[in-house]
Amino acid sequence: MGRYFHSVTLDRDKCKGCTNCIKRCPTEAIRVREGKAVIFEERCVDCGECIRACPNHAKSALTDKLDRLSEFDYTVALPAPSFYGQFRRTSTPEAVLRALLAVGFDDVHEVASAASAVAYAVRTYIRRGEYKKPLISSACPAVVRLIQVRFPSLLDHIVPIESPMEIAARFAKEAASRKTGLPAGRIGAFFISPCAAKVTAAKQPVGRSTSAVDGVLSMSEIYGLAVKHLRDPYEGPDLQVAAASGIRWGRAGGENAEVGTGELLAVDGIHHVIVVLGEIEKGRLADVDFLEAQACVGGCIGGPLVPENPFVARANIKAMADMVGDRPVPLEPGELDRYYDSGVFFMENRIPPRPVMQLDDDVAVAMLKVELLEKTVNDLPNLDCGSCGSPTCRALAEDIVRGLALETDCVFKLRERVRDLAAEMKELAEKVPPSMEQPNPRQSANAATEAEGA
Amino acid sequence: MPGTPESENPVITMSFSVEGRDFKASGEPSRRIKRTLEQIGLDWSVVRRASVVFYEAEMNIVIHARRGTLRAEISPGRVVMVAEDEGPGIPDVALAMREGFSTAPAEIREMGFGAGMGLPNIKKHSDSMEIETEVGKGTRVVAVINVPRAGGAKTRGG
Repeated sequence: MGRYFHSVTLDRDKCKGCTNCIKRCPTEAIRVREGKAVIFEERCVDCGECIRACPNHAKSALTDKLDRLSEFDYTVALPAPSFYGQFRRTSTPEAVLRALLAVGFDDVHEVASAASAVAYAVRTYIRRGEYKKPLISSACPAVVRLIQVRFPSLLDHIVPIESPMEIAARFAKEAASRKTGLPAGRIGAFFISPCAAKVTAAKQPVGRSTSAVDGVLSMSEIYGLAVKHLRDPYEGPDLQVAAASGIRWGRAGGENAEVGTGELLAVDGIHHVIVVLGEIEKGRLADVDFLEAQACVGGCIGGPLVPENPFVARANIKAMADMVGDRPVPLEPGELDRYYDSGVFFMENRIPPRPVMQLDDDVAVAMLKVELLEKTVNDLPNLDCGSCGSPTCRALAEDIVRGLALETDCVFKLRERVRDLAAEMKELAEKVPPSMEQPNPRQSANAATEAEGA
Repeated sequence: MPGTPESENPVITMSFSVEGRDFKASGEPSRRIKRTLEQIGLDWSVVRRASVVFYEAEMNIVIHARRGTLRAEISPGRVVMVAEDEGPGIPDVALAMREGFSTAPAEIREMGFGAGMGLPNIKKHSDSMEIETEVGKGTRVVAVINVPRAGGAKTRGG
């Protein structure tokens, strides 16, 4: 593992070296080298666009395996709100949670319930605090990392409150510890994730040094195991406590609906998120209080590790939330206020920038490289074909000035060079030293005539 | 890179023509300039302020003028924005500088532009600003953003 952990990984055997992923990557983090995709780890935000884009399924998310449950004395499943969206209305939220126990967990703690608590904290922060408008949600780790890499000047707009996943893990461990008497270290909290970014957020969090989440499991894998147990007999107390508003966080718009305070804006899909963040950077949208921003189209139900398609999942989320109805959120406001004031909701550290655009540490050298870059871009065909392994001609020019590529990596440039060289060779081939020159019959005939005439 | 003081203070000039009412292409020059500032590695606060200044100046041309040019002169110590247009000019500069004062037509306000924050925002996010304008001819706005001389690797030497 280098400086950055990444959940998104490449299966070299499956990679055919095509240009699908390099074209879709929002941070231009992928190049094709020696016929295989290579990820620049300092640029990757684990959004999972490449996982979706790859026709050969060569990109995947590194997740924990279920056998990690055996490392702990007591395990708690933390299903993301999007998990309910994987089941049709013939099931119920309660049945979905019971099925998780059948898969092998000792307990279940709904992230939807923590989501409601986080919404309460965000509302309180908006009401009480001094903040830069607009506040940007911290719930999607790919968006947070995108801001670190591409919009460092917006880092202080991110609401310094932890994500529902992190809060759920802490609440779950606290509750399990009370129930079993075990120390928190013997209790394993496992998030059932719709995406790769959450894996990275648990392994390498940005707002704190370590996460309370012990493992992150792929939603597709757990779905496959849980779906068989939806009708298993069960004896025990009801597991489902989260409110409908928490469950709706699983799809785009759900977070804003529950925050419900001030001027709200929601955006989903990482390329759209980039557009909106660009607007904020230019000083627009200063009238917005809170921005819900999610890297996946449709929200978490559009995640790369989700089995159901996001349109069906959206309808499922609605059905599941309607079944639960408008019950109050599991924690009392007084209790939430105590939590808020104790600081548990807040990040420990400021989120650091990860600037990657800079061409050189020395401003003067970087300026020379910028000039060279502009000249290089103008010399390239600007067809953005991707054959060189860089996503665009401009990206290739950047790679060239960074010393990572050559101009002849461009197939058009190479062809031009070959053609020029061929012309030169042809010209050279026709040149013969005078000693070996063959007499030209006509010329020599003329010369003879001239000689005769003279 | 040893050299004369002049060679340590290079200037990069970027120039873009901007068409009035071309909302489709608008924003691209500002975006290109912002990207260049990031590639040079100027302080983020400078990049952020410059993004606002260039964008507002560009939109002023798009909203009010027939055509114009947006120019960036970037050096390690400062970023200069020059916006020149052929347009109606500004009859009362003091009024135009007032927050919320707008002469943008209704249809442009409908699009969320023309909130009367253009010039005030340029002033707010720059260290100095000058306006030359002639009614019926055009306007020239020059704004300067100084790069703070903070410690660290970016301002070594000197």
